[in-house]
Amino acid sequence: MMSALLRPERRRDALLPLLTVLLVALVLFMGRLEPLFHAAFPQLETAVYARESFWRLTLDHLVLVLVSSLISVSVGVAAGLFVTRRTGREFEPLVSALAAIGQTFPPAAVLAIVVPLAGFGFVPTIVALTLYGLLPVVQNTITGLRTVPADTLEAARGTGMSARQILWRVELPLAMRVIIAGVRVSVIINIGTATIGSTVGAQSLGTPIIAGLVGDNIAYVIQGAVLVGLLAIVSDLAFERLERRYRIGGEASA
Amino acid sequence: MGLDAHDEPRRIANRVLATLLVASLAGAVLLPFAAMAPNRLVSGESVSLLTALRAWQVLGLAALAGALALACLVRPLGERRGARLTLVAAPLALLLTLYGLGDYAQRALTDASPAARVSQGAAFWVLVFCTSLMIVDAFQRLGASLWVRSGYGLLVIAAVAALFAAGTFNALSILREYFNIEDAFVAQFVTHLTLVGLALAPTLAIGLPLGLLAHRRPATRGILFSVLNVFQTIPSIALFALLVAPLSALGDAVPWLGALGVAGIGAAPAILALILYSLLPIVRNTQAGFAGVDPATREAARGMGMTRRQILWRVEVPLALPVILSGLRIVTVQAIGLTVVAALIGAGGLGAFIFQGLGQYAIDLVLLGAVPTIALAVVADFLLQILVAVSRPAGAG
Repeated sequence: MMSALLRPERRRDALLPLLTVLLVALVLFMGRLEPLFHAAFPQLETAVYARESFWRLTLDHLVLVLVSSLISVSVGVAAGLFVTRRTGREFEPLVSALAAIGQTFPPAAVLAIVVPLAGFGFVPTIVALTLYGLLPVVQNTITGLRTVPADTLEAARGTGMSARQILWRVELPLAMRVIIAGVRVSVIINIGTATIGSTVGAQSLGTPIIAGLVGDNIAYVIQGAVLVGLLAIVSDLAFERLERRYRIGGEASA
Repeated sequence: MGLDAHDEPRRIANRVLATLLVASLAGAVLLPFAAMAPNRLVSGESVSLLTALRAWQVLGLAALAGALALACLVRPLGERRGARLTLVAAPLALLLTLYGLGDYAQRALTDASPAARVSQGAAFWVLVFCTSLMIVDAFQRLGASLWVRSGYGLLVIAAVAALFAAGTFNALSILREYFNIEDAFVAQFVTHLTLVGLALAPTLAIGLPLGLLAHRRPATRGILFSVLNVFQTIPSIALFALLVAPLSALGDAVPWLGALGVAGIGAAPAILALILYSLLPIVRNTQAGFAGVDPATREAARGMGMTRRQILWRVEVPLALPVILSGLRIVTVQAIGLTVVAALIGAGGLGAFIFQGLGQYAIDLVLLGAVPTIALAVVADFLLQILVAVSRPAGAG
């Protein structure tokens, strides 16, 4: 389910800084837009979400995503490495199957199922994001390492490299692009799921959206949704750029 | 094939099974098997597996654990026969765990207050999870075909369904919750499927021609895929929410659209958002499917005097079908999951129970929404996987 495909890259290169500036400006100065929201929705008493500042909400959102992604990536890559080594090879089919089946689980349902086990708030959201984020990372680490050609490995062994050197200097660089694609999927899904995290009591950019939906305040909804949408698009563009950097370096799959 | 060229003699033929067995034993001993609570809103007291189950059930599980331990070893069974033994012992352990939980709930509630609830604990989930993985691993080792797996899966599901029908689980908290809201559950389940169906039909109607266009005019690909990718990137709740405002304005401004149900809250923004999400995989896979048709095949069809239209329908479409259906598989599973979130904008579906339950701190209600959604996604994935396998042209392999 990788969404990396050939696209007009130059046009999108300009988009990244542009949208980043827009995102930062909106996060910092959403309050200044109050007259605009008032004009658009005159029936609303308060037209800009003010129970918490938007930079605080954005920060909380980023902390949720970053903490869970850091754990997912370190555990996921380690698991992917383990099952592609000789000692762990036996576990590879099962781990691959688990990663594939797990990704059919709806993220929102996974979040809901963690609540009975971990309670409400920050912790269940982190647990759900971490578990779900693991799957694409594991899957792509395995795929990436498996696509390293056997004769490349043979050649590396022939030059007298140790297993550790082969891993760091040959396998990981060649697999890096596919691994990053997995991290990209994982982070984008987690940005979305962190938004729903506000329904289990974790503060995020979803908080104004839920507050707006519950309190019938469409302006809150738009403010939260635009920010989180921009955050996801900016992250996706940044990852796309990162992936491209590794494509130039390693011509693994020409 | 599983035997590596290790130097030391191996005792364990299946280390995966051994790991899962150790994990389930550790889980069964260390974690609570069930919880008993005075009412539906508080979390109850933990009950361990040994206290919850009857003596014969514990002995049965121990015997099955013994059989599974035997199935791990090189001697006397070896890998393949061990896998076959696992396919017998693991589902029995799964069924016994399920039956034991239901049986315990019935016994525990006979002389408790009517509000008392028994729910499943972490050890229960660990046992269900590990035994299921043992079955998956055994099938991988045997290299069993999709058909054998399907038949076996149906058999296990039928056995679990029989336990349900026999009323084994009726005393469990989650089923008591279900009986409270039975009619609403059926209605929301149907709504969930309807939303998915109403989104997928237009997605196919738009996505298939767009995919064909992307295949025939490569210049359109870049912009088409970029735009559709943006929709895939935006978090579901944000896209749902962003459609609320324009659709409510549209419903108000154009009365006949409003009469058709186009409104800010409800099914209209949900279906529209689901379509926007679903387009990318369908368009991409349709394009990839057509691109995968060997030009020589197309040339041969032309040589036989087929018209463009005949080539499309008799040659290209059948050959591209497996890839297109894989796209449908991705989209269906994705839509089932996204529809959960649609409950937040008042579209209904199983997500309604999840968010209602989260709001009331009623865990059983949350599970009643979440577990069927997961089951629905897994079943849909499996059925479409079979459809993809069937659609592969027999002679092309």
